[in-house]
Amino acid sequence: MSPARIDGPTSGPDVPAGAAGGATSGATAPRDHWRKPSFIANPVARWLVYGGAILYVVWTLGTLPIDWPRVAEGVERAGRIFGGAFPPSFERSGLLIDGFLESLKIAILATFGGVLLSIPIAFMAARNIVPRAVFYLGRAIIIVARSFHPVIVAIIFVKAVGFGPLAGVLTLIVYSIGFVAKMLAERIEEIDFGQVEAMRAAGAPYLSTLIYAVVPQIMPRQVGLTIYQLDSNLRASAVVGIVGAGGIGSTLANAFGRYDYDFALAITMVIVGAILLSEAVSGQIRKRL
Amino acid sequence: MLKISDLVKRYGGGEPVLKNLDLTIEGESVVSIIGSSGAGKSTLLRCINRLVEPTSGSITLNDTELTRLRGAELRRARRKIGMVFQGFNLVDRLTVMENVQSGRLGYISTWAALTRRYPKDDIRRAYELMERVGIAHYADKRADELSGGERQRVGVVRALMQKPEILLADEPTASLDPKTSEQIMGLLRDLSRELKLPVLINIHNVHEAREYTDRIVGMRYGRIIFDDLPQALDQEAMDRIYSGSPAADRAGGLKEAS
Amino acid sequence: MTLSDARRDDWTRFSLKQRLQRYAVLAFTLLAIAWAVSSIEVIWAWVWDAPEQMGDLFGRMIPPDPTNLAAILRVLWETVNIATIATAFAVILSLPVAWLAAQNTTPNRATLWVGRFILVSSRSINTIIWALLFVAIFGPGIVAGIVAIMFRSIGFVGKLLGEAIEEIDKRPVEALEATGASRFKVIAYAIVPQVMPTFWAVSILRWDINLRESTVLGLVGAGGIGIILQGAIDTFNWREAATVLLAILGLVILGEIVSAWLRRRIL
Repeated sequence: MSPARIDGPTSGPDVPAGAAGGATSGATAPRDHWRKPSFIANPVARWLVYGGAILYVVWTLGTLPIDWPRVAEGVERAGRIFGGAFPPSFERSGLLIDGFLESLKIAILATFGGVLLSIPIAFMAARNIVPRAVFYLGRAIIIVARSFHPVIVAIIFVKAVGFGPLAGVLTLIVYSIGFVAKMLAERIEEIDFGQVEAMRAAGAPYLSTLIYAVVPQIMPRQVGLTIYQLDSNLRASAVVGIVGAGGIGSTLANAFGRYDYDFALAITMVIVGAILLSEAVSGQIRKRL
Repeated sequence: MLKISDLVKRYGGGEPVLKNLDLTIEGESVVSIIGSSGAGKSTLLRCINRLVEPTSGSITLNDTELTRLRGAELRRARRKIGMVFQGFNLVDRLTVMENVQSGRLGYISTWAALTRRYPKDDIRRAYELMERVGIAHYADKRADELSGGERQRVGVVRALMQKPEILLADEPTASLDPKTSEQIMGLLRDLSRELKLPVLINIHNVHEAREYTDRIVGMRYGRIIFDDLPQALDQEAMDRIYSGSPAADRAGGLKEAS
Repeated sequence: MTLSDARRDDWTRFSLKQRLQRYAVLAFTLLAIAWAVSSIEVIWAWVWDAPEQMGDLFGRMIPPDPTNLAAILRVLWETVNIATIATAFAVILSLPVAWLAAQNTTPNRATLWVGRFILVSSRSINTIIWALLFVAIFGPGIVAGIVAIMFRSIGFVGKLLGEAIEEIDKRPVEALEATGASRFKVIAYAIVPQVMPTFWAVSILRWDINLRESTVLGLVGAGGIGIILQGAIDTFNWREAATVLLAILGLVILGEIVSAWLRRRIL
């Protein structure tokens, strides 16, 4: 069958060092030491970074004001909270539904307003469309809108316009601008400028150039961003309500404040369910775009 | 000695990919398996080290029955079987030395593996083998910085680090240019002689099979239909192995046989 | 249809079906907005009043009052610590969760669902809600804040890491399995190196997000700069509130610069 068979026992796994080739049989000693090259080549810098990191963690953890008796008490309290939370109570589902619908309204209006305002701001913040001074102004608006957590913005609006959904809508408009305008501005900066030049060459005025050469290129992104933002706003509206800006978050904060933990759990479950649902729906829609 | 008898592999409920296949490889010969894509070459090779689970039949390597091994026993058996892949299958972000030493993972302790403190003997052996195939100066380079031929050399050294009793090579040259491809085939043949190691190579390139191997096995539709010296592979045998499969089929298989 | 059949002076951008679809989407959107506007419980007089109120508020913030700057900066540093420590712990804790929640590494179906459950519950509950809970448990202070941010971050990091694990190149895994390496060693050598870039990128991204989140923890009593902000607002000390807001702005911008630098350095 096999003509080229070489009989005899298979040579064992042990290969004599020399058999691996004559190349090593020089005067050099066999190399039997190897260390993985370090990410930070300079050993001093390396130990400074490692040592610094360890010192930082130890020091920060060491100075944490953990009040152990309070924690022990807290665990007991947690037991009480969870005990009080089960089973979740849907008795006041009317309140729950009202809160949820209010969150939905806040999210819709904030998305509408936010996206509407985002468009001019995004154009202002696109380096390739506007003069330098306008660009800096546009970017500054976006940076400020992005830097403040919606809860901080909500507190300020609550103080300015009072408790209720209006503060929520205003907060989330700012929140939407921070995200939508930023993403949109980046998209505008990436557009194919040849189309703009073609329009200009045809003698189109500034606004027509924007509508015909820029808007079609950013429209798909804009629709996707809007749907994504609606989803984000629904999430965020559950949070800003905690500081008084309306919606289901306010319902939750009230339940928590009145020690109605079973109702609070029911609200939390509804929030989680709604978030998962809206994430799934918005994901599906964006996939199809 | 590798002895395969009555091997059957069926995926799901379809036609078997391997049909009652028998094959014996003795001594340190270089055996090539040729055949058009879909003939079952790759499945056969992967049944030997159980990357693919055979449906029935028996595979013994030096008197160890491989088909019934489980868990730790299977891993011990796999240590004795080196494998070289078409896509090299290196870990790109690790250094060449770590890739080479990963051939020893079945032997060394978890601690040594995690801390990269390899045994001195293993490091010496790695340098020797890398020197032999000409990549020792790359030890500290990341694997993705190397060219295709160099990467396949790393793959070969990794397999040899296992101190295998047999070396399996699945289309080792299909991703390489013709010149490098011949170098790798030559290397496999020479290493087989030097280390007294049987080598089983799946290959598309019939010219290379003739040139560099001691025995050619031709497969078609899950069966062995040719098994002889390279000289005996004449046009008639070629037609039997490849008949009905258009040239395009063969060329396409170059890219996606795995 | 031949060319002469087509009425060449009648061009529309979209086909009839496309147009109907577009009108339907538009009508639905308008209806949703109309519903929201008409039923939302807002006193419209306040809405028209809002710009003036905002102007008035900002007017009272000028000029920012820096007398408490030293205390503000000290608490700002505490805020950074909350974000950093919480991110570090969350990243470490998310590793086993990611391992459970990735289809190709999880030991079995049950563990896969355990992993996914942890990710979903961590991700769907906002940091503030986690903070409410942990303030009740640990009492007011930064410990509750750290734990809250940690709980929220585990889901975020775990989900992205789990996806990275599912998307790895499987060929090195096959190669190492063929060498007879144990499951753990295969993970350490073939999977870990492949997900390292994602690991660092996600950790840095989350740190950046956590920096922002930790600025509001104080509002529910969980430590950080939010406590000072709340105090200033409650006492109508708007000029100090302005200082705090500027400090937060500076912190967040600095955080973005640092994380951009780290990303360039590590990746």
